[in-house]
Amino acid sequence: MAASLKGWRELPIGGVVPGGSARDLNKTGSWRAERPMWNDEKCIQCLLCWFHCPDSSIVTHDQKVTGVDYDHCKGCGLCAAVCPKDAIGMVPEREGTCAK
Amino acid sequence: MRKVMTGHKAVAEAMRQIEPDVVAVYPITPQSEIAEYYADYVHDGIVHTELVPVESEHSAMSACVGAAAAGARVMTATSSQGLALLVEVLYIAAGLRLPIVMALANRALSAPINIHCDHSDAYLARDAGAFQIFCESAQEAYDYTLIAQRIAEHDMVRLPGIVNLDGFSLTHTSQVVEPLDDAVAKKFVGAFKAVHPLLDVKKPVTWGPFAMPDYYFELKRAQAAAMEEVPAAFLSVQKAFAKTSGRAYAGFVEKYRLDDADRALVVLGSTAGTAKVAVDALREKGEKVGLLKVWLYRPFPYCEVASALEKVKHVGVLDRAISFGAMGALYSDVATSLRRSQSRPALHNYIYGLGGRDITVEQLAEVLEGLGKVRPDEGLRYIGLRE
Repeated sequence: MAASLKGWRELPIGGVVPGGSARDLNKTGSWRAERPMWNDEKCIQCLLCWFHCPDSSIVTHDQKVTGVDYDHCKGCGLCAAVCPKDAIGMVPEREGTCAK
Repeated sequence: MRKVMTGHKAVAEAMRQIEPDVVAVYPITPQSEIAEYYADYVHDGIVHTELVPVESEHSAMSACVGAAAAGARVMTATSSQGLALLVEVLYIAAGLRLPIVMALANRALSAPINIHCDHSDAYLARDAGAFQIFCESAQEAYDYTLIAQRIAEHDMVRLPGIVNLDGFSLTHTSQVVEPLDDAVAKKFVGAFKAVHPLLDVKKPVTWGPFAMPDYYFELKRAQAAAMEEVPAAFLSVQKAFAKTSGRAYAGFVEKYRLDDADRALVVLGSTAGTAKVAVDALREKGEKVGLLKVWLYRPFPYCEVASALEKVKHVGVLDRAISFGAMGALYSDVATSLRRSQSRPALHNYIYGLGGRDITVEQLAEVLEGLGKVRPDEGLRYIGLRE
């Protein structure tokens, strides 16, 4: 077991997790089988993907989509399903990992 | 002031004085009147409690867990099948360290369906992570409801607690009870302190997160440590209560005429009252017999039970439920207590009173007189069973 893991005396009561701390420890993106590939040129910035993403993994800047947080995106494909312009495609993870 | 009331009313009175923020409860015989009395208090404006009339006991405990995580003081009550239905969520309440106090009107589990007393429901919840107290009388049910609330909310504990009172024999019989004055009771219980309340939006937290093999074990060990704090909390709260009430409570067990006894019974709950009469009758005849009544059942007071039985030669342990395929649950705990004891009393295990079968003074006297004459450790014996 990794030395960085805490011992039982150091854990918060009842396993309560302080707000905003879980995302740094749990890279749920490792569960992903398919990777959403966002196409900047097709995107009309409707933000439907941002509204629907259950894991807050559509990254925005100044209210505009700039990419996907692959550390936490689980690859559910909702963003691709709701995109009206096919600006997001789901790619098998092996292929997506290799693709530029 | 001394009053005549049922065990139900005694528990409801303690709850009224505690005045939890939320009571989520579903009625079930023989617990129903606790819920009904409390609903009356809410309706009449005597308490400012949010009463949640849920559709099942699973929902009752679920609502309790949600409310407790939100930061409320929470109580409930159930019995038998209701306990069986909510026990899944009781494990969650314990794992989340939520101080929910619950009266359990002990009743036999189905099948066959039955509404009367035994301890199969309490034994079902034995490993859930709630501390458990057994009461002999309506007075104890009142007193230990107040005591349990403070233990549950103790800084080092923060665990759910169960106050057991035998169905019908305590819940439905009228007894003399001397409640504390409202102001005294409220001062004793004190103000509720929420820990990481969900409603504190300035300090957001996640309750009930997923734990993988890398942390589940440590979290359960931490939970076990909270249970290990219960005995110290129990003694300090019990001592404070004894001082407040003037009642002579001291320790995890009550020793009755045990000091020079060579034969003794170990029991839980209201049967202790019957056993005391049997002990007195035999003492009149010069027989050295005694009784050990266990108040704190979980965590089990192994050392105190061992030391109480140190000089006894023959011990009859009475279980009011069958642990199918095993010796009685209380017997197993008593046997574990004695494993390091210098003196090894002969142990006998008796099953009695299932489904409300009456247990009499004569039957208990017969068991006491028979101890030492029957061979020990010969499996289960049954009291009052037709062959």
